[in-house]
Amino acid sequence: MYEYLETAEQPENLKRVAVDPVSRVEGHGKVSLLLDENNNIKQVRLHIVEFRGFEKFIQGRPYWELPVLVQRLCGICPVSHHLAAAKAIDQLVGIDPATLPVSADKLRRLLHFGQVLQSHALHFFHLASPDLLYGFESDIGKRNILAVLGDYPDIGLQGVKLRKYGQEVIRMVSGKRIHGSGAVAGGMNKALSRAERDYLLEDIAQIINWAEAAVALVKKVHTSNPSYYDNFATIRSNYLGLIKPSGALELYHGGIRVKNERGETLIDQFDYCHYTDIIHEEVRSWSYMKFPFLTSLGTDMGWYRVGPLARINNCDFIDTPLAESARMDFKQHADEAIVHSTLAFHWARMIELLHCAESIRLLLNDPDIMGAELLAKGERRFEGIGVIEAPRGALFHHYQVDENDIVTKANLIVSTTSNNMGMNESVRQVAAEYLSGRELTEPLLNNLEVAIRAYDPCLSCATHAVGKMPLQVELLDAAGRQIDHLTRHSNGKFERANQ
Amino acid sequence: MRKPLLVIACGNPSRGDDALGPLLLDFIERQADLSAVELLSDFQLQIEHALDLQNRELVLFADATVSANAAFRLEEIRAEQDRSYTSHAMSPAAVLQVYHNTIGPMPPPCFLLSIQGTNFELGEQLSANAQHNLQLACRFTRLLLAEPTAECWRRQIGRG
Repeated sequence: MYEYLETAEQPENLKRVAVDPVSRVEGHGKVSLLLDENNNIKQVRLHIVEFRGFEKFIQGRPYWELPVLVQRLCGICPVSHHLAAAKAIDQLVGIDPATLPVSADKLRRLLHFGQVLQSHALHFFHLASPDLLYGFESDIGKRNILAVLGDYPDIGLQGVKLRKYGQEVIRMVSGKRIHGSGAVAGGMNKALSRAERDYLLEDIAQIINWAEAAVALVKKVHTSNPSYYDNFATIRSNYLGLIKPSGALELYHGGIRVKNERGETLIDQFDYCHYTDIIHEEVRSWSYMKFPFLTSLGTDMGWYRVGPLARINNCDFIDTPLAESARMDFKQHADEAIVHSTLAFHWARMIELLHCAESIRLLLNDPDIMGAELLAKGERRFEGIGVIEAPRGALFHHYQVDENDIVTKANLIVSTTSNNMGMNESVRQVAAEYLSGRELTEPLLNNLEVAIRAYDPCLSCATHAVGKMPLQVELLDAAGRQIDHLTRHSNGKFERANQ
Repeated sequence: MRKPLLVIACGNPSRGDDALGPLLLDFIERQADLSAVELLSDFQLQIEHALDLQNRELVLFADATVSANAAFRLEEIRAEQDRSYTSHAMSPAAVLQVYHNTIGPMPPPCFLLSIQGTNFELGEQLSANAQHNLQLACRFTRLLLAEPTAECWRRQIGRG
């Protein structure tokens, strides 16, 4: 659709603008633009510093260390890596999802719902709500959570407390907010006590109410200017994710379903242990991050999107009543089988937040959740594959081990990699439709960031040492000479160096 | 009943010198009387940490830094709307600002102990310099914990 903007024909004659790093996403991303003398955009690329060294980090370790070790790959979704790794090493001890003890399965699901809830709450209230409440091109001083907390204190505080509740679910199930060791090969290593269960039940009704209010808020924002929200950064794509056998929304375990842009099901209930039969990854010279695609459709037509929008588009229904009602409302908004609006990621994300809150209540009231039979063991294997629907989309962990239990090969496909092409297409759409031909300003450039932010990309940056992350924007002329340079230091001060 | 002193360490133990904060926490766990001290470790600070500050008398943030001029640095921090709110990782001052905006105008006295590090790559060990800095910071922290009041800690500002 907008791939013509991936590579300019004569880049040497164009001036370059970089937005580096993209703010309010996890990790380090950069958008580079090439413009002609009339500010017509000729090339747009989203560059992401990939999860370098992940596989190397894992190889050579004993497999039982992995659920704890992989949490350190990412400071934002450690539980998703923890559970994907646990599902993979279950297979190494001969356990498949169907043979995992019932209580262990339900505890893992509870842990996962807590993780998705806190992650979605953080993204919506902290990172996205400033754009949604104040406008994409509003004063930069307004576009932040602190302004939201000042102007909309109830909404801001709900975001903080939703996030905190999700963290508490994680803490109760795994023992710690981070570095927990809840899931182990073949099950879980800690039961949920009655006191812990009762503690989490105390607030769940309030959490569900706030989650409903969040869905209402995002719907109100989206429908207040439907043509804008439906078209901004919108691209048509395939969608991939896990699904229950019944066709219901699934976050922890299921088969792979793929729908095309018309809503036709291309793949259904596909066993993810054979994912290499349907997914390949393409390398492009200008990007650290690979471009996954469906082999049956090829590189040009086979790219797909994952995450909340994909999951809500792909499922036939949601098996919790409030979220199902919200899903039906969401689907009615579109005039076709699939909702392609990139900004609808936010709406879909809040429907999932509500589903997580409802599911947590169901699980806490299920007697199995306090069961003591938590471990199982089967026949030893040497290869394990775990796939989970992380907050940002399908996450693949694939390990091979030797006779000494040492990991000899590891392959990870993280959600943000699956959305690589989608994010690039969205920023190109925004550049082509909203920016081209205009003098670039910070509010205009924020439109590019808004498009990226809708995907909630996790670019892996658990390192955060004070002073490590300045922001720089540079403007170069056609000869490559720097004509403007703006730096945001870690203390928040801006420095402009006109040359 | 919440313990009056909270120590929050930030960092990823598998990213080289980013482990400095969690390692300092390990030291406190081994060496200190924890009857009045709560320890909390996280990869990075976020909005919900404002709630952890409630009903405390004193808070110490411990973190690795690349910009200290000494092995470590102690400073008192106040609520500030810096730019870290635009990321998944917030500064201690921004967390205090969240506290100010959501809970009340008077957060407890909060101090930041920054420990100098240089290498933050995934899978790396603690660098030799960071090990040295950690030893000094641990010794200094023992002093702080011996007299856990804001007044005493203010007298220690500038040491490092």
